[in-house]
Amino acid sequence: MTRKKKAAKKKVVKKKAATKKKSADQNLSESLLELIRTTSTVLPDDIQRVILKALKKEEKKSSAEYALQIIKANIELAKKKSQPICQDTGTILFFVSHPVGFDQGKFTKTCHKAVLAATKIGYLRQNSVDSLTGKNDSMNIGPGHPSIHFHEHKKKSIEIRLMLKGGGCENVGAQYAMPYTGLNAGRDLDGVRKVILDAIVKAQGKGCGPGVLGICIGGDRGSGFIESKEQLLRPLDDKNPEPSLKKLERDITETANKLGIGPMGFGGTTTLLGCKIGVLNRLPASYFVSISYMCWAYRRQGVLLKSNSTVSKWLY
Amino acid sequence: MKKIDYPFKREQIRELKVGDMVLLSGTLLTGRDAVHKRLHEGVKPPVSLENQIIYHCGPVVIEDAKNKKYEVKAAGPTTSIREEPYQWEVMRDYGILGVIGKGGMGAKTLKGCQEYGCVYFHAIGGAAQVLAERIKSVKNVYWRDLGSPEAIWELEVEDFPVVVTMDSHGGSLHDEVQSSSEAKLKELL
Ligand code: SF4
Repeated sequence: MTRKKKAAKKKVVKKKAATKKKSADQNLSESLLELIRTTSTVLPDDIQRVILKALKKEEKKSSAEYALQIIKANIELAKKKSQPICQDTGTILFFVSHPVGFDQGKFTKTCHKAVLAATKIGYLRQNSVDSLTGKNDSMNIGPGHPSIHFHEHKKKSIEIRLMLKGGGCENVGAQYAMPYTGLNAGRDLDGVRKVILDAIVKAQGKGCGPGVLGICIGGDRGSGFIESKEQLLRPLDDKNPEPSLKKLERDITETANKLGIGPMGFGGTTTLLGCKIGVLNRLPASYFVSISYMCWAYRRQGVLLKSNSTVSKWLY
Repeated sequence: MKKIDYPFKREQIRELKVGDMVLLSGTLLTGRDAVHKRLHEGVKPPVSLENQIIYHCGPVVIEDAKNKKYEVKAAGPTTSIREEPYQWEVMRDYGILGVIGKGGMGAKTLKGCQEYGCVYFHAIGGAAQVLAERIKSVKNVYWRDLGSPEAIWELEVEDFPVVVTMDSHGGSLHDEVQSSSEAKLKELL
Protein backbone atom coordinates (compact mmCIF):
# COMPACT_ATOMS: atom_id res chain seq x y z
CA MET A 1 0.00 0.00 0.00
CA THR A 2 1.32 3.41 -0.90
CA ARG A 3 1.71 5.97 1.82
CA LYS A 4 -1.08 8.06 0.37
CA LYS A 5 -3.53 5.19 0.39
CA LYS A 6 -2.56 4.27 3.92
CA ALA A 7 -3.18 7.80 5.05
CA ALA A 8 -6.52 7.80 3.34
CA LYS A 9 -7.47 4.56 5.01
CA LYS A 10 -6.48 5.93 8.37
CA LYS A 11 -8.68 8.93 7.77
CA VAL A 12 -11.66 6.72 7.04
CA VAL A 13 -11.10 4.75 10.20
CA LYS A 14 -10.82 7.95 12.19
CA LYS A 15 -14.00 9.26 10.67
CA LYS A 16 -15.82 6.07 11.57
CA ALA A 17 -14.69 6.36 15.14
CA ALA A 18 -15.89 9.95 15.24
CA THR A 19 -19.32 8.96 13.95
CA LYS A 20 -19.55 6.33 16.61
CA LYS A 21 -18.51 8.70 19.33
CA LYS A 22 -21.08 11.35 18.64
CA SER A 23 -23.68 8.67 18.15
CA ALA A 24 -25.68 8.46 21.38
CA ASP A 25 -26.52 12.19 21.44
CA GLN A 26 -26.78 12.57 17.72
CA ASN A 27 -28.90 9.44 17.48
CA LEU A 28 -31.25 10.70 20.15
CA SER A 29 -31.84 13.99 18.34
CA GLU A 30 -32.41 12.15 15.08
CA SER A 31 -34.78 9.68 16.72
CA LEU A 32 -36.70 12.53 18.36
CA LEU A 33 -36.96 14.47 15.11
CA GLU A 34 -38.26 11.37 13.33
CA LEU A 35 -40.70 10.80 16.18
CA ILE A 36 -42.02 14.36 15.80
CA ARG A 37 -42.23 14.08 12.01
CA THR A 38 -44.10 10.80 12.14
CA THR A 39 -46.45 11.96 14.87
CA SER A 40 -47.36 15.14 13.03
CA THR A 41 -47.79 13.60 9.59
CA VAL A 42 -48.91 9.97 9.98
CA LEU A 43 -51.99 8.97 11.95
CA PRO A 44 -51.35 5.75 13.93
CA ASP A 45 -52.94 2.53 12.63
CA ASP A 46 -55.23 1.99 15.62
CA ILE A 47 -56.84 5.40 15.00
CA GLN A 48 -57.02 5.04 11.23
CA ARG A 49 -58.78 1.71 11.60
CA VAL A 50 -61.64 3.15 13.67
CA ILE A 51 -62.01 6.14 11.35
CA LEU A 52 -62.34 3.82 8.34
CA LYS A 53 -64.84 1.70 10.23
CA ALA A 54 -66.85 4.81 11.09
CA LEU A 55 -66.84 5.89 7.45
CA LYS A 56 -68.46 2.61 6.42
CA LYS A 57 -71.17 3.02 9.03
CA GLU A 58 -72.34 6.50 8.07
CA GLU A 59 -75.32 6.86 5.78
CA LYS A 60 -74.28 7.03 2.14
CA LYS A 61 -74.25 10.52 0.63
CA SER A 62 -74.82 12.16 4.02
CA SER A 63 -72.74 15.12 5.13
CA ALA A 64 -71.36 12.92 7.90
CA GLU A 65 -70.00 10.48 5.34
CA TYR A 66 -68.69 13.38 3.30
CA ALA A 67 -66.81 14.79 6.31
CA LEU A 68 -65.21 11.42 7.04
CA GLN A 69 -64.25 10.97 3.39
CA ILE A 70 -62.40 14.27 3.44
CA ILE A 71 -60.76 13.31 6.72
CA LYS A 72 -59.64 10.03 5.17
CA ALA A 73 -58.26 11.79 2.11
CA ASN A 74 -56.48 14.27 4.37
CA ILE A 75 -54.82 11.49 6.36
CA GLU A 76 -53.55 9.90 3.15
CA LEU A 77 -52.34 13.18 1.67
CA ALA A 78 -50.50 14.25 4.83
CA LYS A 79 -48.62 10.97 4.90
CA LYS A 80 -47.77 11.15 1.22
CA LYS A 81 -46.53 14.73 1.44
CA SER A 82 -44.97 14.33 4.87
CA GLN A 83 -46.84 17.46 5.97
CA PRO A 84 -48.80 18.09 9.19
CA ILE A 85 -52.18 16.31 9.28
CA CYS A 86 -53.71 19.42 10.83
CA GLN A 87 -52.29 22.92 10.79
CA ASP A 88 -52.71 23.19 14.54
CA THR A 89 -49.81 21.01 15.61
CA GLY A 90 -50.93 21.48 19.16
CA THR A 91 -49.41 21.23 22.59
CA ILE A 92 -46.31 19.08 22.42
CA LEU A 93 -46.54 16.45 25.15
CA PHE A 94 -43.70 14.01 25.73
CA PHE A 95 -44.07 11.04 28.09
CA VAL A 96 -40.71 9.44 28.80
CA SER A 97 -40.30 6.13 30.65
CA HIS A 98 -36.69 5.60 31.61
CA PRO A 99 -34.45 3.46 33.83
CA VAL A 100 -32.79 4.55 37.08
CA GLY A 101 -29.93 6.97 36.56
CA PHE A 102 -31.28 8.53 33.36
CA ASP A 103 -30.16 12.13 32.83
CA GLN A 104 -33.42 14.08 32.54
CA GLY A 105 -31.72 17.46 32.14
CA LYS A 106 -29.68 16.29 29.20
CA PHE A 107 -32.71 14.69 27.60
CA THR A 108 -34.67 17.92 27.98
CA LYS A 109 -31.95 19.87 26.18
CA THR A 110 -31.81 17.43 23.27
CA CYS A 111 -35.57 17.39 23.15
CA HIS A 112 -35.74 21.19 22.89
CA LYS A 113 -33.29 21.09 20.01
CA ALA A 114 -35.36 18.49 18.18
CA VAL A 115 -38.53 20.56 18.67
CA LEU A 116 -36.74 23.61 17.32
CA ALA A 117 -35.51 21.70 14.27
CA ALA A 118 -38.99 20.26 13.63
CA THR A 119 -40.49 23.75 13.87
CA LYS A 120 -37.98 25.12 11.37
CA ILE A 121 -38.74 22.34 8.88
CA GLY A 122 -42.48 22.84 9.37
CA TYR A 123 -43.46 19.54 11.01
CA LEU A 124 -44.59 21.77 13.86
CA ARG A 125 -46.23 25.16 13.57
CA GLN A 126 -44.92 28.05 15.69
CA ASN A 127 -47.50 27.44 18.31
CA SER A 128 -46.24 28.69 21.63
CA VAL A 129 -47.24 32.14 22.80
CA ASP A 130 -46.02 34.17 25.77
CA SER A 131 -49.16 34.37 27.87
CA LEU A 132 -48.48 37.93 29.07
CA THR A 133 -47.18 39.66 25.98
CA GLY A 134 -48.92 37.53 23.35
CA LYS A 135 -45.62 37.19 21.51
CA ASN A 136 -45.03 34.08 19.46
CA ASP A 137 -41.36 34.00 18.65
CA SER A 138 -40.02 31.21 20.77
CA MET A 139 -40.24 28.44 18.19
CA ASN A 140 -42.24 26.27 20.58
CA ILE A 141 -39.76 26.54 23.45
CA GLY A 142 -40.83 28.32 26.63
CA PRO A 143 -42.13 27.75 30.13
CA GLY A 144 -44.14 24.53 30.01
CA HIS A 145 -43.39 24.02 26.31
CA PRO A 146 -42.78 21.36 25.27
CA SER A 147 -44.46 19.59 28.14
CA ILE A 148 -42.22 16.67 29.21
CA HIS A 149 -43.36 14.06 31.71
CA PHE A 150 -40.81 11.61 33.09
CA HIS A 151 -41.55 8.23 34.64
CA GLU A 152 -38.86 6.02 36.12
CA HIS A 153 -39.39 2.33 35.48
CA LYS A 154 -37.58 -0.84 36.48
CA LYS A 155 -36.77 -1.82 32.90
CA LYS A 156 -33.50 -0.94 31.19
CA SER A 157 -35.22 0.49 28.12
CA ILE A 158 -36.20 4.04 27.22
CA GLU A 159 -39.66 4.59 25.79
CA ILE A 160 -40.70 7.98 24.48
CA ARG A 161 -44.28 8.75 23.64
CA LEU A 162 -45.37 11.95 21.98
CA MET A 163 -48.80 13.48 21.70
CA LEU A 164 -49.67 16.60 19.69
CA LYS A 165 -52.91 17.93 21.08
CA GLY A 166 -54.66 20.72 19.23
CA GLY A 167 -56.24 23.77 20.82
CA GLY A 168 -59.75 23.21 19.51
CA CYS A 169 -60.12 19.90 21.27
CA GLU A 170 -58.20 20.96 24.38
CA ASN A 171 -60.68 23.83 24.79
CA VAL A 172 -63.59 21.42 25.17
CA GLY A 173 -61.96 19.41 27.95
CA ALA A 174 -63.90 19.59 31.21
CA GLN A 175 -63.57 18.86 34.90
CA TYR A 176 -66.53 18.07 37.11
CA ALA A 177 -66.49 18.25 40.91
CA MET A 178 -68.87 15.60 42.15
CA PRO A 179 -71.60 15.55 43.21
CA TYR A 180 -72.72 17.60 40.23
CA THR A 181 -76.17 18.72 41.17
CA GLY A 182 -77.14 20.14 37.77
CA LEU A 183 -77.38 16.61 36.42
CA ASN A 184 -78.17 14.86 39.66
CA ALA A 185 -74.82 13.10 39.29
CA GLY A 186 -73.49 11.52 42.47
CA ARG A 187 -70.14 10.14 43.54
CA ASP A 188 -70.42 6.80 41.80
CA LEU A 189 -69.97 5.38 38.32
CA ASP A 190 -73.51 6.27 37.37
CA GLY A 191 -72.76 9.89 38.24
CA VAL A 192 -69.48 9.69 36.32
CA ARG A 193 -71.37 8.41 33.28
CA LYS A 194 -73.77 11.34 33.45
CA VAL A 195 -71.12 14.04 33.48
CA ILE A 196 -69.11 12.41 30.70
CA LEU A 197 -72.16 12.31 28.43
CA ASP A 198 -72.91 15.90 29.36
CA ALA A 199 -69.39 16.91 28.33
CA ILE A 200 -69.85 15.17 24.97
CA VAL A 201 -73.06 17.07 24.25
CA LYS A 202 -71.41 20.35 25.23
CA ALA A 203 -68.39 19.68 23.01
CA GLN A 204 -70.46 19.22 19.85
CA GLY A 205 -69.45 21.16 16.81
CA LYS A 206 -66.21 22.14 18.51
CA GLY A 207 -63.00 20.22 18.70
CA CYS A 208 -63.37 18.46 15.34
CA GLY A 209 -65.23 15.25 16.10
CA PRO A 210 -65.39 12.32 15.99
CA GLY A 211 -62.93 12.11 18.83
CA VAL A 212 -61.76 10.03 21.75
CA LEU A 213 -62.10 10.78 25.45
CA GLY A 214 -59.36 10.30 28.02
CA ILE A 215 -60.83 10.37 31.49
CA CYS A 216 -59.58 10.27 35.05
CA ILE A 217 -61.74 9.58 38.06
CA GLY A 218 -60.17 11.02 41.21
CA GLY A 219 -56.83 12.72 41.80
CA ASP A 220 -56.61 16.46 42.40
CA ARG A 221 -57.45 19.04 39.76
CA GLY A 222 -53.93 18.90 38.34
CA SER A 223 -53.11 15.20 38.47
CA GLY A 224 -56.58 14.35 37.21
CA PHE A 225 -56.06 16.17 33.94
CA ILE A 226 -52.59 14.71 33.45
CA GLU A 227 -53.91 11.20 33.99
CA SER A 228 -56.76 11.88 31.57
CA LYS A 229 -54.14 12.66 28.91
CA GLU A 230 -52.10 9.59 29.79
CA GLN A 231 -55.22 7.52 29.21
CA LEU A 232 -55.05 8.73 25.61
CA LEU A 233 -51.72 6.93 25.29
CA ARG A 234 -53.46 3.57 25.57
CA PRO A 235 -53.93 1.74 22.26
CA LEU A 236 -57.47 2.38 21.11
CA ASP A 237 -58.30 -1.33 20.94
CA ASP A 238 -56.96 -2.36 24.36
CA LYS A 239 -59.21 -3.53 27.18
CA ASN A 240 -59.39 -1.90 30.57
CA PRO A 241 -58.24 -4.48 33.15
CA GLU A 242 -60.83 -3.21 35.63
CA PRO A 243 -64.17 -4.82 34.65
CA SER A 244 -66.39 -1.96 35.84
CA LEU A 245 -64.35 0.58 33.85
CA LYS A 246 -64.23 -1.68 30.81
CA LYS A 247 -68.00 -1.77 30.91
CA LEU A 248 -68.25 1.98 31.38
CA GLU A 249 -65.87 2.71 28.50
CA ARG A 250 -67.98 0.65 26.15
CA ASP A 251 -71.22 2.09 27.47
CA ILE A 252 -70.00 5.67 26.99
CA THR A 253 -68.90 5.04 23.42
CA GLU A 254 -72.12 3.27 22.48
CA THR A 255 -74.35 5.82 24.19
CA ALA A 256 -72.46 8.78 22.71
CA ASN A 257 -73.00 7.35 19.26
CA LYS A 258 -76.74 7.30 19.87
CA LEU A 259 -76.79 11.07 20.44
CA GLY A 260 -76.77 11.83 16.73
CA ILE A 261 -74.10 14.53 16.93
CA GLY A 262 -71.93 12.96 14.24
CA PRO A 263 -68.67 14.01 12.56
CA MET A 264 -68.08 17.79 12.84
CA GLY A 265 -71.46 17.99 14.58
CA PHE A 266 -73.21 17.48 11.21
CA GLY A 267 -75.45 14.76 12.65
CA GLY A 268 -74.77 11.05 12.09
CA THR A 269 -73.83 7.86 13.85
CA THR A 270 -70.20 8.53 14.78
CA THR A 271 -69.80 10.96 17.63
CA LEU A 272 -67.11 9.17 19.62
CA LEU A 273 -64.41 6.77 18.43
CA GLY A 274 -63.51 5.53 21.88
CA CYS A 275 -63.19 6.26 25.56
CA LYS A 276 -60.41 5.45 28.02
CA ILE A 277 -60.90 5.73 31.76
CA GLY A 278 -58.31 5.61 34.53
CA VAL A 279 -58.50 6.07 38.29
CA LEU A 280 -56.38 7.88 40.89
CA ASN A 281 -56.93 7.95 44.60
CA ARG A 282 -58.66 11.06 45.89
CA LEU A 283 -59.27 12.90 49.13
CA PRO A 284 -62.40 11.92 50.99
CA ALA A 285 -63.54 15.51 50.45
CA SER A 286 -63.14 15.63 46.68
CA TYR A 287 -64.23 13.58 43.71
CA PHE A 288 -63.15 14.95 40.34
CA VAL A 289 -63.93 13.63 36.91
CA SER A 290 -61.38 15.09 34.49
CA ILE A 291 -62.08 14.78 30.79
CA SER A 292 -59.66 15.37 27.94
CA TYR A 293 -61.02 15.35 24.44
CA MET A 294 -58.87 14.31 21.50
CA CYS A 295 -60.02 15.27 18.01
CA TRP A 296 -59.97 12.94 15.01
CA ALA A 297 -56.45 14.22 14.27
CA TYR A 298 -55.27 11.95 17.08
CA ARG A 299 -51.57 12.47 16.76
CA ARG A 300 -49.61 10.26 19.09
CA GLN A 301 -46.72 7.96 18.47
CA GLY A 302 -43.94 6.41 20.47
CA VAL A 303 -40.56 4.79 20.14
CA LEU A 304 -38.58 2.22 22.05
CA LEU A 305 -34.92 3.15 21.88
CA LYS A 306 -31.91 0.87 21.55
CA SER A 307 -28.97 1.45 23.88
CA ASN A 308 -27.38 3.72 21.25
CA SER A 309 -30.63 5.78 21.12
CA THR A 310 -31.66 4.71 17.65
CA VAL A 311 -35.25 3.54 17.20
CA SER A 312 -35.72 -0.13 17.95
CA LYS A 313 -39.49 -0.24 17.68
CA TRP A 314 -42.47 2.02 17.00
CA LEU A 315 -45.03 1.72 19.74
CA TYR A 316 -48.28 2.30 17.82
CA MET B 1 -73.29 17.49 -4.48
CA LYS B 2 -73.74 21.05 -5.78
CA LYS B 3 -71.16 23.09 -7.59
CA ILE B 4 -71.04 26.84 -7.32
CA ASP B 5 -68.68 28.85 -9.46
CA TYR B 6 -67.44 32.42 -9.27
CA PRO B 7 -68.86 35.02 -9.72
CA PHE B 8 -71.22 33.85 -6.98
CA LYS B 9 -74.80 35.08 -7.18
CA ARG B 10 -77.31 35.92 -4.49
CA GLU B 11 -80.00 33.76 -6.12
CA GLN B 12 -77.78 30.68 -5.95
CA ILE B 13 -77.05 31.34 -2.31
CA ARG B 14 -80.73 31.74 -1.48
CA GLU B 15 -81.43 28.35 -3.02
CA LEU B 16 -79.07 26.59 -0.65
CA LYS B 17 -80.45 24.65 2.28
CA VAL B 18 -78.99 23.23 5.45
CA GLY B 19 -77.24 19.93 4.70
CA ASP B 20 -76.30 20.79 1.10
CA MET B 21 -72.82 19.62 0.18
CA VAL B 22 -71.16 22.15 -2.05
CA LEU B 23 -67.98 22.47 -4.06
CA LEU B 24 -66.94 26.10 -4.44
CA SER B 25 -64.70 27.26 -7.27
CA GLY B 26 -63.35 30.75 -7.78
CA THR B 27 -62.32 33.51 -5.46
CA LEU B 28 -62.46 33.43 -1.67
CA LEU B 29 -61.25 36.15 0.68
CA THR B 30 -59.85 35.14 4.05
CA GLY B 31 -60.81 37.19 7.06
CA ARG B 32 -60.64 36.37 10.71
CA ASP B 33 -60.54 38.23 14.02
CA ALA B 34 -58.49 41.31 13.14
CA VAL B 35 -60.26 41.89 9.82
CA HIS B 36 -63.69 41.69 11.39
CA LYS B 37 -62.66 43.98 14.20
CA ARG B 38 -61.30 46.54 11.78
CA LEU B 39 -64.42 46.46 9.65
CA HIS B 40 -66.48 46.85 12.79
CA GLU B 41 -64.45 49.93 13.68
CA GLY B 42 -65.62 51.45 10.42
CA VAL B 43 -62.50 51.09 8.28
CA LYS B 44 -63.45 50.57 4.64
CA PRO B 45 -62.36 47.21 3.20
CA PRO B 46 -59.39 47.39 0.81
CA VAL B 47 -61.25 45.30 -1.77
CA SER B 48 -64.97 45.18 -2.52
CA LEU B 49 -66.74 42.53 -0.48
CA GLU B 50 -69.88 42.75 -2.60
CA ASN B 51 -71.00 39.23 -3.56
CA GLN B 52 -67.88 37.70 -2.03
CA ILE B 53 -67.45 34.85 0.39
CA ILE B 54 -65.29 35.34 3.47
CA TYR B 55 -63.28 32.39 4.73
CA HIS B 56 -62.47 32.27 8.45
CA CYS B 57 -58.94 31.03 7.99
CA GLY B 58 -55.43 31.99 8.93
CA PRO B 59 -53.44 30.26 6.20
CA VAL B 60 -49.82 29.24 6.42
CA VAL B 61 -48.33 30.90 3.35
CA ILE B 62 -44.77 30.56 2.14
CA GLU B 63 -43.70 33.68 0.36
CA ASP B 64 -41.21 34.03 -2.44
CA ALA B 65 -40.94 37.81 -2.16
CA LYS B 66 -38.64 38.27 -5.15
CA ASN B 67 -40.98 36.62 -7.63
CA LYS B 68 -44.09 37.77 -5.78
CA LYS B 69 -45.18 34.16 -5.54
CA TYR B 70 -47.05 32.54 -2.71
CA GLU B 71 -47.64 28.96 -1.79
CA VAL B 72 -50.37 27.96 0.63
CA LYS B 73 -49.05 25.25 2.92
CA ALA B 74 -52.08 24.79 5.13
CA ALA B 75 -55.46 26.44 5.10
CA GLY B 76 -57.98 24.83 7.40
CA PRO B 77 -60.90 26.75 8.87
CA THR B 78 -60.69 28.43 12.24
CA THR B 79 -63.45 28.59 14.85
CA SER B 80 -66.12 30.99 13.60
CA ILE B 81 -67.95 31.85 16.78
CA ARG B 82 -65.36 34.50 17.63
CA GLU B 83 -66.78 36.64 14.81
CA GLU B 84 -70.32 36.33 16.12
CA PRO B 85 -70.48 39.95 17.38
CA TYR B 86 -69.47 41.38 13.97
CA GLN B 87 -70.55 38.99 11.24
CA TRP B 88 -74.13 40.21 10.77
CA GLU B 89 -72.85 43.79 10.37
CA VAL B 90 -70.47 42.72 7.63
CA MET B 91 -73.42 41.01 5.94
CA ARG B 92 -75.51 44.18 6.23
CA ASP B 93 -72.89 46.76 5.30
CA TYR B 94 -70.75 45.10 2.66
CA GLY B 95 -73.03 42.76 0.73
CA ILE B 96 -71.14 39.52 1.29
CA LEU B 97 -72.88 36.30 0.27
CA GLY B 98 -71.63 34.11 3.02
CA VAL B 99 -68.85 32.88 5.21
CA ILE B 100 -66.89 29.65 5.53
CA GLY B 101 -65.62 28.45 8.88
CA LYS B 102 -66.02 25.74 11.44
CA GLY B 103 -68.16 25.14 14.49
CA GLY B 104 -71.10 27.23 13.28
CA MET B 105 -72.31 30.59 14.51
CA GLY B 106 -75.04 31.99 16.73
CA ALA B 107 -78.42 33.68 16.59
CA LYS B 108 -77.19 37.09 15.39
CA THR B 109 -75.48 35.61 12.36
CA LEU B 110 -78.42 33.34 11.61
CA LYS B 111 -80.68 36.38 11.61
CA GLY B 112 -78.19 38.18 9.38
CA CYS B 113 -78.27 35.24 6.94
CA GLN B 114 -82.05 35.49 6.81
CA GLU B 115 -82.26 39.25 6.47
CA TYR B 116 -79.49 39.75 3.92
CA GLY B 117 -79.63 36.44 2.03
CA CYS B 118 -76.41 34.80 3.17
CA VAL B 119 -75.24 31.31 4.18
CA TYR B 120 -72.76 29.74 6.52
CA PHE B 121 -70.59 27.06 4.94
CA HIS B 122 -68.87 24.58 7.22
CA ALA B 123 -65.46 23.36 6.07
CA ILE B 124 -63.93 20.19 7.47
CA GLY B 125 -61.94 21.11 10.56
CA GLY B 126 -58.39 19.87 10.61
CA ALA B 127 -58.30 18.85 6.95
CA ALA B 128 -55.36 21.16 6.30
CA GLN B 129 -53.79 19.20 3.46
CA VAL B 130 -56.91 18.47 1.42
CA LEU B 131 -58.03 22.08 1.69
CA ALA B 132 -54.61 23.49 0.86
CA GLU B 133 -54.58 21.33 -2.26
CA ARG B 134 -57.84 22.83 -3.46
CA ILE B 135 -56.30 26.30 -3.29
CA LYS B 136 -54.82 26.81 -6.70
CA SER B 137 -53.21 30.20 -6.28
CA VAL B 138 -52.96 33.36 -4.25
CA LYS B 139 -54.20 36.29 -6.31
CA ASN B 140 -53.57 39.09 -3.89
CA VAL B 141 -53.08 40.02 -0.28
CA TYR B 142 -54.50 43.05 1.56
CA TRP B 143 -54.03 44.46 5.04
CA ARG B 144 -50.69 42.75 5.43
CA ASP B 145 -50.05 44.99 8.43
CA LEU B 146 -52.35 42.72 10.44
CA GLY B 147 -49.79 39.93 10.16
CA SER B 148 -49.81 37.01 7.76
CA PRO B 149 -52.50 34.81 9.34
CA GLU B 150 -54.80 37.81 9.94
CA ALA B 151 -54.41 39.50 6.55
CA ILE B 152 -56.99 39.30 3.75
CA TRP B 153 -55.74 36.70 1.29
CA GLU B 154 -57.46 36.53 -2.06
CA LEU B 155 -57.42 32.85 -2.91
CA GLU B 156 -58.30 31.07 -6.11
CA VAL B 157 -59.89 27.74 -5.21
CA GLU B 158 -61.18 24.78 -7.13
CA ASP B 159 -63.80 22.37 -5.80
CA PHE B 160 -63.39 23.60 -2.26
CA PRO B 161 -65.55 21.21 -0.18
CA VAL B 162 -68.07 22.67 2.27
CA VAL B 163 -71.42 21.84 3.85
CA VAL B 164 -74.20 24.40 4.33
CA THR B 165 -75.00 24.39 8.04
CA MET B 166 -76.88 27.72 8.27
CA ASP B 167 -79.06 28.93 5.43
CA SER B 168 -80.94 32.08 4.44
CA HIS B 169 -84.27 30.55 5.47
CA GLY B 170 -83.55 30.47 9.18
CA GLY B 171 -82.28 26.88 9.16
CA SER B 172 -79.33 25.98 11.36
CA LEU B 173 -77.98 22.45 11.47
CA HIS B 174 -76.15 23.41 14.68
CA ASP B 175 -79.39 24.35 16.42
CA GLU B 176 -81.10 21.22 15.12
CA VAL B 177 -78.37 18.84 16.26
CA GLN B 178 -78.00 20.68 19.56
CA SER B 179 -81.65 20.34 20.51
CA SER B 180 -82.06 16.78 19.23
CA SER B 181 -78.91 15.60 21.03
CA GLU B 182 -79.96 17.31 24.25
CA ALA B 183 -83.36 15.62 24.07
CA LYS B 184 -81.69 12.28 23.36
CA LEU B 185 -79.32 12.78 26.29
CA LYS B 186 -82.23 13.26 28.67
CA GLU B 187 -83.63 9.95 27.47
CA LEU B 188 -80.33 8.13 27.90
CA LEU B 189 -79.32 9.47 31.32
S1 SF4 C 1 -59.39 20.27 17.01
FE1 SF4 C 1 -57.88 18.89 16.14
S2 SF4 C 1 -58.39 18.63 13.97
FE2 SF4 C 1 -59.51 20.42 14.76
S3 SF4 C 1 -58.22 22.15 14.24
FE3 SF4 C 1 -57.71 21.54 16.34
S4 SF4 C 1 -56.01 20.08 16.16
FE4 SF4 C 1 -56.94 20.31 14.13
